[in-house]
Amino acid sequence: MSSTTSTLPASAPGGRADRLARSGSRESTSARPRLPRAVGLVALVVMAALWLVPLVWALVTALKTEAQAAALPLRWLPEGGFTLDSFRTVLTSSNLPLWMLNSAITSIIITAVTVLISAMAAYGFSRTTFRGRKVLFALTIAAIMVPPQILIVPLFREMLALDLVDTYWGIILPQLVAPVMVFVLKNFFDAIPVELEEAARMDGAGPFRIFWQIVLPLSRSVLAAVSIFVFIGAWNNFLWPFIVVNDPALMTMPVGLATVRNAFGVTFAADMAGAIIAALPLLIIFMLFQRQIIKGVATTGLGGQ
Amino acid sequence: MTTAAQVPATAGTRPRDPSAPVRGGSGRSGSGGGNAGLWFTLPFLVVFAGFLLWPVVYGLYLAFTDASLTGAGGDLVGFGNFGEALGDPLVWRTLLNTVYFTIASTIPLVVIPLVMALLVHLGLPGQWLWRLAFFAPYLLPVTVVSLTWVWIFQPQLGLLNDWLGAVGIGPVLWLQQESTAMWGIVIATVWWTAGFNFLLYLAGLQGIPGHVYEAAALDGAGPWRVLRSVTLPMLGRTTGLVVVLQLLSSLKVFDQIYQMTTGGPNNSTRSVLLYVYDQGFSGYRLGYASAIANIFFLIIVVLSIAQLRLFNRREA
Repeated sequence: MSSTTSTLPASAPGGRADRLARSGSRESTSARPRLPRAVGLVALVVMAALWLVPLVWALVTALKTEAQAAALPLRWLPEGGFTLDSFRTVLTSSNLPLWMLNSAITSIIITAVTVLISAMAAYGFSRTTFRGRKVLFALTIAAIMVPPQILIVPLFREMLALDLVDTYWGIILPQLVAPVMVFVLKNFFDAIPVELEEAARMDGAGPFRIFWQIVLPLSRSVLAAVSIFVFIGAWNNFLWPFIVVNDPALMTMPVGLATVRNAFGVTFAADMAGAIIAALPLLIIFMLFQRQIIKGVATTGLGGQ
Repeated sequence: MTTAAQVPATAGTRPRDPSAPVRGGSGRSGSGGGNAGLWFTLPFLVVFAGFLLWPVVYGLYLAFTDASLTGAGGDLVGFGNFGEALGDPLVWRTLLNTVYFTIASTIPLVVIPLVMALLVHLGLPGQWLWRLAFFAPYLLPVTVVSLTWVWIFQPQLGLLNDWLGAVGIGPVLWLQQESTAMWGIVIATVWWTAGFNFLLYLAGLQGIPGHVYEAAALDGAGPWRVLRSVTLPMLGRTTGLVVVLQLLSSLKVFDQIYQMTTGGPNNSTRSVLLYVYDQGFSGYRLGYASAIANIFFLIIVVLSIAQLRLFNRREA
């Protein structure tokens, strides 16, 4: 499988993906075909502007009063100036802060547990022998093909039986299964030279100590990438939390924001203020971890829908 | 957002011989004993069995029953659900809608990211800004995307109709009429997810060695010629990857449709997964919903295997 699907560059230090992750990469500009640069620049500016318009318009709307938002003709700069009223409304009289807390709690638990058990399993598959190892790994790989969306019906039944509907654990448990992460991590562990571990074994270290004190520290970069993608996936997941939770107090942010309409009628400005607040955490994470995220997508295709 | 790794990450060090796995410390002084490997994999295997394998099997079983959400029923009905599904016009309608959405979204989601990547790769100043502009929407929760685009598509107060009105078109009832609703979904989806394919293309472009361009320049090829005869052919593998990932992800569309139109008007945007949800959770027919879900799963598996074989042949 790995040999058949490897179509993108490996993440060798200083390799392509590494260069991609750093910005610029202008080293080989001179060797590139040169469209007339002015034409390229104009096209780029137009396209980037087009891509930013929806977000900027959402922000502009959020900074208006409801009356300004519903006023014709549409204005980018409202008469009477901008206001933070809508943000205040959303933060004080909606459930959004609670939903974001629910999202944070469940996503952090999902990330921590998923990364730990996936790394352990990957190490088990990569470095140890036990009966059934090959079959179990093949099963794990095959499971990558299963779209979680088709499992909503049986999973919901299972949650009913386990009495986990409308609980955090109901949201969390099914999201701990990440065969694709096991696959990515196993590939990484496969490439770590065994000699390092053998030296430690000579010194009397057991497999768990070797895993914890040698393998995991060596894998910091890939663990960071996997953690970020698991977190993003959990934070943005809509379908499963939507299925398993009906109590507004337990909803995660994407579910609450999408399904609970407020009692004050149509509120465009407040809707957009909610959207902007909900968008912020991951945009901030992207600013902080831009390199790992871009590199992760480029080298592993992680994070696909 | 689920994940799909098509490409292994390697550490850039020499690969270990996979046929010679190291023993898990059996017979050595260690904490794990002979079955350390099993202990390593056990926690994963437990959740894997409980929340993936079991639901797959249980879902297949449910498809042969008349189970309902309320707990009533549950008797085996043989292939009854499958027979009913094949004769259900809404199954065919939603399948067609799904295919329509998949084609209508995949084409722009290949072309636009390619253009973005080619432009960014020109090496103009402000690289981080371009990348942020194109990739940022991909990190938005789907609900934010839906809220934003429902607002932009709003018939009277929406930005899009405001702009179209300026050139004498409209107003268009984007999400409220059958002829345009799916296009509204496609536009929002393209805006939301183009950034991911853009990064894949950017990585592909950076993988083309400089000497290829130098050779083309020595042969006197102009920029368009280089694009057509060097750059695009060299991106063939990336394009294959982008197309396959996009097809599989577009087929599974649910979230943004549920949030923007709930499948309407008049079922014109109802996708297969929406119909599964409707049957199971609004119609309480878990057995029937499972049957449709399994038919859909079969289609996905066939496509996935076809994809693997396609890539196998390319490498051979």
